[in-house]
Amino acid sequence: MLEVIVAIFILASLIVYALMGGADFGGGVWNLLAFGPSAKRQREAIADAIAPIWEANHVWLILVIVLLFTGFPRGFATMMTALNIPMTVMLLGIVLRGSAFVFRKYDVRERHWSTLFGMASFFTPLFQGIILGALTTGQIRVEQGRVVTGFMAGWLTPFALSCGVFALGLFTFLAATYLTLDTQDDRDLQDDFRRRSLWSGLALAPIALMVFLTSRKGAPAMYHELTRWWAPVLLVWTSLCAGAALIAIWLRRFVVARLAAIGQVTLILVGWGLAQFPNLVTPDVTVTNAAAPEFTLRLLVIALGFGAILLLPSLAYLFYIFKRRE
Amino acid sequence: MSDFLFARSQMAMSLAFHIIFAALGIGMPLLMAIAEGMHLRTKQPVYLELCKRWAKGTAILFAVGAVSGTVLSFELGLLWPGFMEHAGAIIGMPFSLEGFAFFTEATFLGVYLYGWKRISPLLHWLSGVVVAISGILSGIFVVTANAWMNSPAGFKIVGGNITDIDPVAAMLNPASLHEVVHMTVAALVATGFMVAAVHAFFLLRERSNPFHRGALGLALAVACISTPLQILSGDVSARAVARLQPAKLAAMEAHYRTQARAPLVIGGIPQDQTMTIDYALEIPRGLSLLTAHDPNARVVGLEEFPRDQWPNVRVVHWSFDIMVGSGMLMLVLTLCADMSWLKYRRLPDNKWLLRGLVAAGPLGFLGIETGWVVTELGRQPWIIYGVMRTREAVTPMPGLVAPFVIFTAVYFVLAIVVVYLLCHQFLETGNLVAVQPSGVTRA
Repeated sequence: MLEVIVAIFILASLIVYALMGGADFGGGVWNLLAFGPSAKRQREAIADAIAPIWEANHVWLILVIVLLFTGFPRGFATMMTALNIPMTVMLLGIVLRGSAFVFRKYDVRERHWSTLFGMASFFTPLFQGIILGALTTGQIRVEQGRVVTGFMAGWLTPFALSCGVFALGLFTFLAATYLTLDTQDDRDLQDDFRRRSLWSGLALAPIALMVFLTSRKGAPAMYHELTRWWAPVLLVWTSLCAGAALIAIWLRRFVVARLAAIGQVTLILVGWGLAQFPNLVTPDVTVTNAAAPEFTLRLLVIALGFGAILLLPSLAYLFYIFKRRE
Repeated sequence: MSDFLFARSQMAMSLAFHIIFAALGIGMPLLMAIAEGMHLRTKQPVYLELCKRWAKGTAILFAVGAVSGTVLSFELGLLWPGFMEHAGAIIGMPFSLEGFAFFTEATFLGVYLYGWKRISPLLHWLSGVVVAISGILSGIFVVTANAWMNSPAGFKIVGGNITDIDPVAAMLNPASLHEVVHMTVAALVATGFMVAAVHAFFLLRERSNPFHRGALGLALAVACISTPLQILSGDVSARAVARLQPAKLAAMEAHYRTQARAPLVIGGIPQDQTMTIDYALEIPRGLSLLTAHDPNARVVGLEEFPRDQWPNVRVVHWSFDIMVGSGMLMLVLTLCADMSWLKYRRLPDNKWLLRGLVAAGPLGFLGIETGWVVTELGRQPWIIYGVMRTREAVTPMPGLVAPFVIFTAVYFVLAIVVVYLLCHQFLETGNLVAVQPSGVTRA
């Protein structure tokens, strides 16, 4: 039971990371793709929107990692061994992105860092999606505690790659949708991001279809789970959120759009979590067989409880200060 | 080089890089909070300006520290999955707590750096205090995990399996207290001396600049208080190592033969084959005196341990001597500053003292780096002292030369850019704030 609670905390942290850090990646992509007469202002708006909350958003990933290796050390060891290559590439992206973002603020050659920031923001979520997808493929096998399928298994499959593209698309859509609210004082800029949000939101539909179609062969266990009773319910709600987000953007109801987009991303990851459960690395590593001893898990849950009491008001304060209307 | 050595090199390089930012991440917020507190109390604009300038530097350092720290949390698994698989459940706890401390730090640093105009001065100062406290806490938690690797506790090994895991006992292992104190104070010493060096450099050009005088005063205060404490904590640490990891202590002191009335060996070239040291300075009974506070005490030498459990004696011994030497030099400088202050009752601004401070700027970091070489290389061949060898923990992944080369190159470039940007921050506006008491007010 405790291991399930820890797993839920990990999934929740992952969702918040997608909503916060993911949107920062999307911001980086739009930074790279900024064009038109207001390109410079677009980049500035992106930087202003994410600068104060940037570091805090990033910590959610660290939380996912430490919870994973404390709660499920065997799962962590398996993932880091089998997916060593995509993990390393993603890590490189995180280093370049985080550094380039702060360098662009303090260096006169802002444009170079801005490009590097954008490029790193592009390939990091791609690899994050690939990694999540690879865990689901069932191609990473473990025998007697050792990974036996080498270092290329799972992550180069069409399914994993589709997941990568989907993560990238989702984050760029999320960022554009958030940015429509952050640019309320500048109608031109807001229109720019509104158009970007609409296009990227529409582009998500075929990518999602591609993920679904490739999952049949690429992630049979997940495909099977997605035909269970709860799947259509979740799918309907996810589609409703996606549709509502797009319609709200169209109608310029940007607050509604932001909430709907948040709902959409949350439901997608909840769906992924439900379909993946109880596997961590399908099919051999599960939340049960990879869990830390009970005493560790109990302490971890207590720490998480206290941590949340400390953390959530702090974060609420941060967002209250920087995201309230003046 | 083998993949194993590349894995060790990548880990060493990542830690050596990150530790600089981690130490400054502990020291700089403290200095900022002190400066802003001084401003709140005295209303002198110079302290506010100081705090803002330091905050800019801290933002750059924090960002690079955050990403290099993220790299480490992944590298634990990417390079040492065998270690994490067994140790994760035992020492994941301090890392999780560190996660929360780091979260608090990042959150309030955001408030601090970008909130100047958005919250009241008191709240702003308080968020700086929270950043400083959570920075110290992050460091403490991470160091307890390292202490556990050196002096494992909180589990049993039954038939090759780890059982009876107690993460609390693991955190409170016998090495935690002295390692935590020694590292936290080291961060303050190193930051104090580095910041003092920067401002001493500018004061040598312009002796009466109030901005740099204020800055040097605060940095020197931190350095002068922390350095003597660090020497004391070093003494405590060395005696604890003698008790907990006698092989490491023997390597630190290049002490091959078990003997009573053991001499202290400084420098020299240790020869493992003959178990002698060439060209060393020897202080009779010094080692016995240091490790047991008794000139006749018997000190265990490396000969008591199988050869395959020896650390690299030369590197550990030399690193230890460099660390102690840099500590002693800094102690002398702080004593000079103390005496000058006692005599003249004002900021020590003697030309030679300022020059000494400029030269001593990197000493604290030299001490930190060599100190960690002593801790980590001194622990080898173990990754968990006496329990698991480093070689057993390494990833089966081949071709580790690639990530090693890439990350080394990236960190090298990052280091250059950070130094360049920090210099730029200071030189660009270095003397703008000279003597305009009314020119700077809270925005």
